[in-house]
Amino acid sequence: MSFEPNLVGFLCNWCSYTGADLAGTARVKYPPNLKVIRVMCSGRVDPNFILDALARGADGVLVCGCHPGDCHYVEGNYKCQRRLPITRMLVGEMGIDPRRVRLEWVSASEGVRFGEVVSEFTEEIRSLGPLALQEWAFDPAAADAQLAHQGGEHA
Amino acid sequence: MPKPKLGLYWAASCGGCEIAVLDTELKVLEIADFFDIVFWPCAMDFKYDDVRALADGEITLTLFNGAIRSSENYEMAKLLRAKSTVLCAFGSCAADGCIPGLANFTSLEAITRYVYDDSPSTVNPEHVRPQPVWDVPEGTLRLPQLWNTVRTLTQVVDVDYVIPGCPPQPDQIKAVVDAVVDILKNGKPLPPKGTVLGANPRACCEECPRKRDVKKIRAFVRPHELIPDPEICLLEQGLICMGPATRGGCGAKCVKAGVPCRGCYGPPTGVHDQGAKMASAIGGVIDSTDPEEIERIIAGIPDLVGTFYRFSLPGSTLRRRQV
Amino acid sequence: MPKVNITVDGRPIEVEEGSYVLQAAEALGIDIPTLCFFKYVKPYAACRICVVEARDKRGRTRMVTACNYPASEGIEILTRTPRVMAARRLNLEMLMSRCASMPVLTALAGKLGIDQPRWGTGTDTCILCGLCVRVCDEIVGAQALGFASRGIDRFVTTPFEVDSDACILCGACAALCPTGHIRMEEAGGRDVVHSEITLGPNAAIAVPFRQAVPNAPRIDPDFCVHFRTGGCKVCAAVCPKECISHDDVERFEDLEVGTVVLATGYQDFDPTPMKQYGYGRLPNVITSMEFERMNNAAGSTGGKILMENGKEPGAIAILHCIGSRDQNAHPYCSRVCCMYALKFAHLVKEKTSAEVYQLYIDLRAFGKGYEEFFHRILEEGVNVIRGKGAEIVRGGKEYPEGTLLVRCEDTLAAKFREIPVDMVVLCTALEANHDAKDVARRFGISVGADGWFIERHPKLGPVSTTTDGVFLAGVCQSPKDIPDAVAQGSGAAAQAMSLMIRGEVEMDGAYAVIDDEVCSGCRLCNDLCPYSAIGFDETKKTSSVNPALCKACGTCAAGCPSGAIRALHFADEQIYAEIEGILS
Repeated sequence: MSFEPNLVGFLCNWCSYTGADLAGTARVKYPPNLKVIRVMCSGRVDPNFILDALARGADGVLVCGCHPGDCHYVEGNYKCQRRLPITRMLVGEMGIDPRRVRLEWVSASEGVRFGEVVSEFTEEIRSLGPLALQEWAFDPAAADAQLAHQGGEHA
Repeated sequence: MPKPKLGLYWAASCGGCEIAVLDTELKVLEIADFFDIVFWPCAMDFKYDDVRALADGEITLTLFNGAIRSSENYEMAKLLRAKSTVLCAFGSCAADGCIPGLANFTSLEAITRYVYDDSPSTVNPEHVRPQPVWDVPEGTLRLPQLWNTVRTLTQVVDVDYVIPGCPPQPDQIKAVVDAVVDILKNGKPLPPKGTVLGANPRACCEECPRKRDVKKIRAFVRPHELIPDPEICLLEQGLICMGPATRGGCGAKCVKAGVPCRGCYGPPTGVHDQGAKMASAIGGVIDSTDPEEIERIIAGIPDLVGTFYRFSLPGSTLRRRQV
Repeated sequence: MPKVNITVDGRPIEVEEGSYVLQAAEALGIDIPTLCFFKYVKPYAACRICVVEARDKRGRTRMVTACNYPASEGIEILTRTPRVMAARRLNLEMLMSRCASMPVLTALAGKLGIDQPRWGTGTDTCILCGLCVRVCDEIVGAQALGFASRGIDRFVTTPFEVDSDACILCGACAALCPTGHIRMEEAGGRDVVHSEITLGPNAAIAVPFRQAVPNAPRIDPDFCVHFRTGGCKVCAAVCPKECISHDDVERFEDLEVGTVVLATGYQDFDPTPMKQYGYGRLPNVITSMEFERMNNAAGSTGGKILMENGKEPGAIAILHCIGSRDQNAHPYCSRVCCMYALKFAHLVKEKTSAEVYQLYIDLRAFGKGYEEFFHRILEEGVNVIRGKGAEIVRGGKEYPEGTLLVRCEDTLAAKFREIPVDMVVLCTALEANHDAKDVARRFGISVGADGWFIERHPKLGPVSTTTDGVFLAGVCQSPKDIPDAVAQGSGAAAQAMSLMIRGEVEMDGAYAVIDDEVCSGCRLCNDLCPYSAIGFDETKKTSSVNPALCKACGTCAAGCPSGAIRALHFADEQIYAEIEGILS
């Protein structure tokens, strides 16, 4: 079975979420891999959310906001535009391909474009393969086994 | 009434936390007087077997400093957890991973190779490496085994309280000791489990005397490139000061000395990942809307993850670099 | 000025000392004829027709000119004594010896009982009253006219008797000339009438067009003498209510409002780039708006349907969907064209005997009574052809001069047609204003791909927008006809009213709060808020959110490095729970 990427999307309420809605009502076809979380503004997207999604098993995170200058909250998307590059740099330096975190501008009228963005992102992550974080969770059984293998207690 | 029993232990740590306990000056005598110290390898001659001989929960309070990065650290963490009524992660290593946690930016294999082969002062033509178990005529020798990933104490055992800091400031230790004595002597209720003790609920900025204004950052500088204005917020001057994303409690010592906060007290209340929060905060105040200029400004942050996660990598959301 | 008492023909009147007795007579309704008097320039006493007798307190009588004789205490003015009438006749006869046939003089001669002037009848047309010279100097301020020569050779002319640039072509001299001696003529490449002919009256002060709102005159600074020379202001002197101000300038006013209804409308699609229709190139190819204007009783042709040569057309083609439903222009339907095109056909049938051809893709007569109207048009004998007009070309030699050929495919008859007509009306698309995006940005709303403002919800919120208190009405939201626009406008007004009547704003429960116990006062959030909802308390050294200003975008919550800011909706815990939920 081919790898189906598990993607999380943070969509701003006014442009991108409405754009995604439009994609739906317009019956635009795009892969079902993206799971959408609505936020009021792309400026609400805390890098913590992105890292949390990656740590919890997402293979990629897509953040969509209004086009620059079109933000419902005047300039929230500019904040996002500045936070995302830092986040991508951070993610990259943590050994994760920064392509797994993507920022796109999708307006309320761009239902078709939303479909295209999701399709393209899904394909990109599919080609990057699953993101399996090494030794993220602590495995007490393995640690206990290691202790036993060493012959028990330290002096 | 028998004296309450106190244990102190160091796992993967530098020993600074132990010094900090001694830095409480005369208070240490009060501690020794009030408690029956049953385990303190740094200062007194105890063996692990002495601890094993105790009943479960017999130690009233254990202050555990150091991260968990070897099988020995792990074993002692489990042992002390079982023997202690209250286990307290003492210092930044136990709480967030701290400097030993920076090992998570690389791999055990890389570290070992460097130490036993590649470092300029090493001569090891036969590539000798430490072995966990080695048979000699006298018997079997055992060495603790290092882990590839450093863990915080909280990640491996159940921890009751956290006292952050690298090291926890003596004044804060004194205050905690006073509180503990008060609880034990006068039957005061325990604070809720998970409480951070000996620190400020607010971020380091609260203790910082510098003048703060609204922030707009156009370029980042490194400390050697600038003689900072003594009055003004260091972040406003372009230095990456971790103060806003770091729990207070230290008294803003570094900042008062003109050095940007390095973040040793770990994330403040309500923040899980110190580095990501700092990234978010700094991203918000970069003064540009031009994507290329933004990239240029961000590229000016020296060693982004090393700076943001200097004291908290193992305890952060991603915990380690993928290598 | 002190007041004095005088009598005119025995009737007492109190007037200002020094005012002219002509005005006193006028106030009493006593007529004194004059040729050279104009209220707004200084009296000149050139024509001497206004002679009267003035008797002072000592009983001495003098013949004076009423127009410039100042009133003084106790004088008696006699306007109709035999001596006065004789003097007037004499003066008029002398004027007529110079220019006898001027209507203004012959009329006066009739009143004064002169049959035949004693000193002959001259053929000149100027009576040298000097009104023109004085108005040009005193009112217009151009000083383009003056007297030349002396005695019987005296005449009015421009400096050095050449066409002068000092003349600003205002026409004040011609307007005041009592004999018609001065006329406006186009000469030397200078137009008397402004080249940009407006469809309405083009006086310097006029109501811009009928049905103008507000229906009040305005001054056109391009025409007004005052704005060219600094003089005149006669209109201000005339207006009894002192309504006229020459000092008003365009100014921007800041209005504090609680609600806004956007009704910015649309702009007409310009069919010039669609070369196949020849708009701007072929004669008698006009847009629907131009045709509509022509049909207006106040329009350029007074409501008559005329071709460029002033004749009635014999056949008119009305082409639908020019720029609408066209992948090369606008893909959407402009909605109003079908019905106004049918109305045009009706008007043509009503006003002329022309043949009418309707070329359509689909007829969308969807409204109340619209389908019935369509059938009425059919009964009136309008030719309705299902096929979009493809091209307009000039007719060849076999057609009368000026014939246009409209080419189309009649899709019902499945055949190609070439229809000879005299006039073509292009039903151009409604398109969004070119600056709709800027307007949208200013109000924090969005525009769709076609440039129309996006409503909050296509079904549940067709009048409101994503910005609270901003509503949409009319075509700025999408093409619609008048009843629909009125309906939406009423809805928008009602929604706006319902907010205003309440007098207070109901706040959303969603806003950000800063935990005083956690905020360290780093001030990183202060500049994040575009609504300036975050303030810094210098005494407490913490920041706080004003919930009335907060719009709950959450940017500050994301940016607070200490975790002190909490968004009440879309809170961190909620989002983390969502992430956990969708990834488990």
